[in-house]
Amino acid sequence: MLKLSKSYVITVAFLLFSFSALFAQHTNEEEHAQASESHAATSHQEAFSAGDFVIDHVSDSYDWHITSWGETHISIPLPIILYSKHPELHDGKAFHVFMSSKFHHGHDAYKGFKISQSEEFKGKIVELDANGHEIGKPIDVSITKAIAGVLASVVILFWLLFSMARSAKRNKGRAPRGVQNLLEPIILFIRDEVAKPAIGEHKYEKFMPFLLTLFFFILINNFMGLIPIVPFGANVTGNISVTMVLALFTFFVTTINGNKHYWKEIYNPDVPWWLKFPIPLMPIVELSGVITKPFVLMVRLFANMMAGHLIVMVFISLIFVFGSLFGPAVGLGASPVSIVFSVFILLLDVLVSFIQAYVFTLLSALYFGMATSDHH
Amino acid sequence: MGLVMPNPGTIIWMIIIFAIVLFLLKKFAWKPILNALKEREQSIANALNSAEEAKKEVAGLKADNEKIIAEARREKDAILKEAKELKDKIVAEAKEKAAQEAQKTIDEARQQIDAEKTAAINTIKKQVAELSVMIAEKVIRKELAEKGEQEKMVDGLIDDIKLN
Repeated sequence: MLKLSKSYVITVAFLLFSFSALFAQHTNEEEHAQASESHAATSHQEAFSAGDFVIDHVSDSYDWHITSWGETHISIPLPIILYSKHPELHDGKAFHVFMSSKFHHGHDAYKGFKISQSEEFKGKIVELDANGHEIGKPIDVSITKAIAGVLASVVILFWLLFSMARSAKRNKGRAPRGVQNLLEPIILFIRDEVAKPAIGEHKYEKFMPFLLTLFFFILINNFMGLIPIVPFGANVTGNISVTMVLALFTFFVTTINGNKHYWKEIYNPDVPWWLKFPIPLMPIVELSGVITKPFVLMVRLFANMMAGHLIVMVFISLIFVFGSLFGPAVGLGASPVSIVFSVFILLLDVLVSFIQAYVFTLLSALYFGMATSDHH
Repeated sequence: MGLVMPNPGTIIWMIIIFAIVLFLLKKFAWKPILNALKEREQSIANALNSAEEAKKEVAGLKADNEKIIAEARREKDAILKEAKELKDKIVAEAKEKAAQEAQKTIDEARQQIDAEKTAAINTIKKQVAELSVMIAEKVIRKELAEKGEQEKMVDGLIDDIKLN
């Protein structure tokens, strides 16, 4: 009965979400159109571009923008770490570390580096030659907003889990207390509802630390992304690089733990011989499955969290779209509707945060289960 | 395109951060937490088991107690019954003995009475005989005081003898 209702909730959430994602796309396109129209109509002043506004807020950046007041931009500078392939352009040094404030919010070049505005490298740091032309990207390992966001949530993660570990040690064999009460049901849920059924009673223990870390990392980052106050609000799990690394970890853990049976299923599955020879059709399909599994993990988390952020930003930007189209009064009038919708989507995102963390963990556990299973 | 293109710098940082997080959490958080959970579960399971055992033990004790009580009751009943029988027997015996004793006493008394009576009668007979002799002596003495009388009597006696 419980299982049934759980799957029902998840299904409904997925349906709701796919619907809202579609809706968001639609709205987004409309706004692009509206924005360009308004741009034509009011060319004497800088028109509000909803598309740029939304994309700016969900994409990664070199500094942590807090607010702009007129021409003054308030943001937290983040460290830029670059390795140039052309040291002669940058005072003879190849390795550069400096704060993003040196760029003055992307307006200035610094030491031959610049945040590009061009079509090809938009938003990335490029190297400039002596004449100020962009010649390409240096090796860029800057602490961007996403990484800073990850670091912030890691601090919270550590604080939460270490304090729990402390109280777990102190209360050994006794009733849980404090933060233990908050986290223990989740840990037990991951253990009893995810790891045990997916991997099996005997092998699950080995994967518990990874699965728990994965779940809490995703969950905390999902939540932090929903809180629009520094140091939260960075779109971490809606960043494809982040989800890619998470999926890669799952992929590597699966691959390392794959047993003989798992590899046999891939290279020599039990199918009629002509499916394997002369063209190894099934092995190709199976191998592509090995790759698509983590790929799907990566895309699902990324798309869900990105979409959630996009919709919220779109609803917020609606206020300014109306404002710039029909005057401030209309924008103000539209704001309650926008806010109600944003709040609704944010609440939905809280649900989605849980579901996506759960789904990522569950699927990872299933893949581990497949890699370590002994028989069908 | 910027949104869906992975950024190598971010990937490198993420790998480093996630690996460190995984390592630290595994070592300092998950291990104690999972151990504590397991330990507690085991201790709860043990406690439940021992409670179950204790319950069984108590039930066994209760059954034993009941058995003992039943046995004791049975024994008590048997003892009571025996005692009653014994009492009845003793009473019956006593009654019989008493009756016998009484009979014996009565018989003895009767015999004694009979003996006494015989003795008394004998004594009386003797005394009566003596008295009779005495009386007869006196009477005879008085009667035979005169001569005529003596002759008369001798004649009478002689007559009697003739008759015989």
